[in-house]
Amino acid sequence: MRRVAVVVFPGSNCDADTLDAARAAGSDAYYVWHRDTDLRQADAVVLPGGFSYGDYLRSGAIARFSPVLQAVAAHARAGGAVLGICNGFQILCEAGLLPGALMRNARLKFLSRPVRVRVEATDTPFTHLYERGEELTVPIAHGDGRYVADAETAALLEANGQVVWRYVGDNPNGSTNDIAGICNGGRNVVGVMPHPERRNARVLGGQDGARVFLSMEARNATQHAGDMRAVDGRHLRV
Amino acid sequence: MSAFRVEIRVMPRATLLDPQGQAVQHALHALGFREVGAVRMGKHLVVELQAGSPQEAAERARTMCDRLLANPVTEDYDVAVEAA
Repeated sequence: MRRVAVVVFPGSNCDADTLDAARAAGSDAYYVWHRDTDLRQADAVVLPGGFSYGDYLRSGAIARFSPVLQAVAAHARAGGAVLGICNGFQILCEAGLLPGALMRNARLKFLSRPVRVRVEATDTPFTHLYERGEELTVPIAHGDGRYVADAETAALLEANGQVVWRYVGDNPNGSTNDIAGICNGGRNVVGVMPHPERRNARVLGGQDGARVFLSMEARNATQHAGDMRAVDGRHLRV
Repeated sequence: MSAFRVEIRVMPRATLLDPQGQAVQHALHALGFREVGAVRMGKHLVVELQAGSPQEAAERARTMCDRLLANPVTEDYDVAVEAA
């Protein structure tokens, strides 16, 4: 059982869903408040979606300076697994833990609907139970989801296989190279705009997001990844 | 030390798509302002601070921009100092 810290900022609104998704995958998940400086021996940290600090100035710009982010940055530098979902992705970019930035959607509208993404990288702590090239349906819910990086950074991301999820069919927000999620050079820090925690059970319309959390739980676990099939009866393919 | 007022202009980098500026441009065209070309939209911040000189005030403001007020990936900024 992995210890998973779900960070709660003022304005987070996907924290409960994220905690539930991590617990459904078998993790020992718990909340950490933005003023905390101790991650309490977390194996993995998840920055959930929402509108931290009201998205004032820029999405994620203020959260970056919260006390807990110092601990998250130290955890990341030590090679610990960190996942940022939506606003969490924005915070990781603002904090410099991931390259690039997220800007206003190209067509300005706040978008809340399922999208199709292709799994491009499976060598991360959050995607190793997926198959490369697999297509998923996962919801987005963002106003600032357009991933931008300069040409040099984008080329490096592609060359190093750091694009984790890519929109297929329709690019909802105008992101560079249809990017929906990336990882850092060390591959331990991952950011995604779509919300896997909103698609982790049939009752939510699908379970394409479940393996993000099952991957996190199975990472370095003592049991073989094949055993994850048994977790909550939710896991389809190992 | 004396009081200064620093006006900071933060603009989306010219090479990046600025959908807000485009929306304003379309709205101006719809209102009949056909002469309008490109519109870009950014932020204007007014910071009051204490500093030893206008140069120091500008320097401090630039540091604030680098650390918080502007995103170096997507935005450019300039600062103008005046005595408060």
